[in-house]
Amino acid sequence: MVSDSVQPAIPAIEIENLRFSYGTKEVIHGVSLSIPANQITAFIGPSGCGKSTLLRCLNRINDRIPGAAITGGSIRIGGIDISRPDLDLQVLRRRVGMVFQKWNPFPKSIYDNIAYGLRIHGETNRKALDEKVEHSLRVVALWDDVKDRLKTSAFGLSGGQQQRLCIARTIAAKPDIILLDEPCSALDPLSTLKVEELLLELRNDYTIVIVTHNLAQASRCSDQTALFYLGELIEYGNTSQMFQAPREKRTEDYITGAFG
Amino acid sequence: MKNPEQLIRRGVHRKGIAEGIVKTFLGGMTWAVIAVALMIFGRMIWDGAPVFFKKEAPFVNMDFLTKKTETLHVFDDAEGIRHQLPASEFHQWKSSHGTDAVFNEQTFSYCGGGIAGPIVGTVLLTLLSVMMALFFGVSAAIYLSEYAKQGRFIGWVRLAILNLAGVPSIVFGLFGFAVFVLAAPILTDTPADRSLLAIPLGFTHLSFEGWGSSLIAGAATLACMILPVIITASEESLKAVPQGFREASLALGATRWQTIRKSVLPFAMPGILTSSVLSLARAAGETAPIMFTAAVAAKDDLPWEGVGSPLGVLTGQVQALPYHIYTLALKIPTSEYTERAQFGSVFVFLLMIFLFSAASVVLRNRVRAKMKW
Ligand SMILES: Nc1ncnc2c1ncn2[C@@H]1O[C@H](COP(=O)(O)OP(=O)(O)OP(=O)(O)O)[C@@H](O)[C@H]1O
Ligand SMILES: [Mg+2]
Repeated sequence: MVSDSVQPAIPAIEIENLRFSYGTKEVIHGVSLSIPANQITAFIGPSGCGKSTLLRCLNRINDRIPGAAITGGSIRIGGIDISRPDLDLQVLRRRVGMVFQKWNPFPKSIYDNIAYGLRIHGETNRKALDEKVEHSLRVVALWDDVKDRLKTSAFGLSGGQQQRLCIARTIAAKPDIILLDEPCSALDPLSTLKVEELLLELRNDYTIVIVTHNLAQASRCSDQTALFYLGELIEYGNTSQMFQAPREKRTEDYITGAFG
Repeated sequence: MKNPEQLIRRGVHRKGIAEGIVKTFLGGMTWAVIAVALMIFGRMIWDGAPVFFKKEAPFVNMDFLTKKTETLHVFDDAEGIRHQLPASEFHQWKSSHGTDAVFNEQTFSYCGGGIAGPIVGTVLLTLLSVMMALFFGVSAAIYLSEYAKQGRFIGWVRLAILNLAGVPSIVFGLFGFAVFVLAAPILTDTPADRSLLAIPLGFTHLSFEGWGSSLIAGAATLACMILPVIITASEESLKAVPQGFREASLALGATRWQTIRKSVLPFAMPGILTSSVLSLARAAGETAPIMFTAAVAAKDDLPWEGVGSPLGVLTGQVQALPYHIYTLALKIPTSEYTERAQFGSVFVFLLMIFLFSAASVVLRNRVRAKMKW
């Protein structure tokens, strides 16, 4: 429980009455949600309720899936509707970074992994690259572990280190918003703790949205929590308030483990 | 545990016997295959190796590898000693000893000298065709697996490509003859009479009169033949690259093409190269596709001799090892004097395939080592 009072935050992401379908199957049925800037917002809910789907709408990575489409409502990021036809998808994805459930570093060196996004966006200056790689690795507290083996394979790191490397890779591309889809679900408790600490630090500079199955994690490190069930938003609000005094019966049931 | 004595087997061990039978059967089949392979290779090596290797340094019959093909003259001299000389040396011998000194002369076409021409021709044809097939094939595979909307139509296209792999090579030969030899477009100032269509471009003409029987036409035909294998295998290799790499790259703001170039294609490369090893061997070994499109039985010059420009290499005909072997086997009467050329050629061909494959495997392993899995 990070913040106890409701803060008058500027919304970074505004989701309005969003509907989303895979082919003919609608999996999000009219969700409205406004996510404040520089806070951590957690999406929780039972498996299959559409958390990942909603998250993947925010950087439009769902565009990749044939037949998947937003069928109603809108998503605005910084006031811009991200479904506009003249949207620069590459810039959107750079500004809205994403970290995946299964850590997925490229089979390249640690250095090249971090530099990937920078190089793609045209950074060729050796020194600038070095600096940014170092900075990103320092942010995720990986620098001291890997500074002597930057040129070795990223696959040689432990799971927790690889996940932090993926976060560093995302940070290196200079996003404003970071989306994380169950980033700790395959990590041991200690690595999880490290990632959580990292998120709390990042919160000052980034807007963070995290999907998690771990209620303790949501309560530990999020400011806002949104509970979903079968494609609908059940309750959304301040984390501490939601965990201590949920407004909805279903929220209470879910938190106490009665369903889900 | 209740009834622990169940752990002890009693009576006939049925499962063990069945297991033994299966193992023996599978092993027997494997050894049968090995036996056939040994017989084929054994014969080729038994008869071919003596032509290729020599007792003295450099232990390899360099003449056979580097000399051009000639007619072999077999004759007795005045003392009744039998000589075997390629045409050029025979004429020298005749001019120094006189025509009267030659008795019982026999000639065997294509059997004298070496096989430099066929070796060079096959290397050129193979490399050129694999390069062409990789260029077109990998492009198509990228489109099919990364860009095309997966639907029924693409399914049909895939099936058609797959079936193309089963078309007999002679059909490719005929196709290549009709298309590349007779109808492909060239730029020329004076279109031939048989040109199907000549489009004036002002400074020159684009004439559909074909490339004639030539290295480029043969390589293009071979490329068509191996294309299906390359496309199919490349697509499989691309598909085997984890989706996570693509998503990670796209999520960092890369375009699709950047994603393919930097985090899909490099990781599919070992697989693509493996498929091209097989295609390489097939392209090198086929006779039918080049019979009408590129190959000649006899040629006095190597491909780059007597041509004005590099383009001349492409438009000239070439000799090729498989076609040479075919000629030696079917077009001339077999005798003890033809065996040297016949088995020697087969052995050299075998060696060449081996070298090609080894080179590709080395290349693949190097590419793989560069990736940090
Ligand atoms: N690519 C897809 N094609 C079709 N249906 C899909 C696809 N991905 C997800 N779905 C369906 O959409 C619904 C929501 O899935 P989603 O992955 O968003 O759930 P989730 O809340 O993230 O679940 P989990 O907690 O298990 O990750 C599920 O019913 C799922 O079966
Ligand atoms: Mg999910």
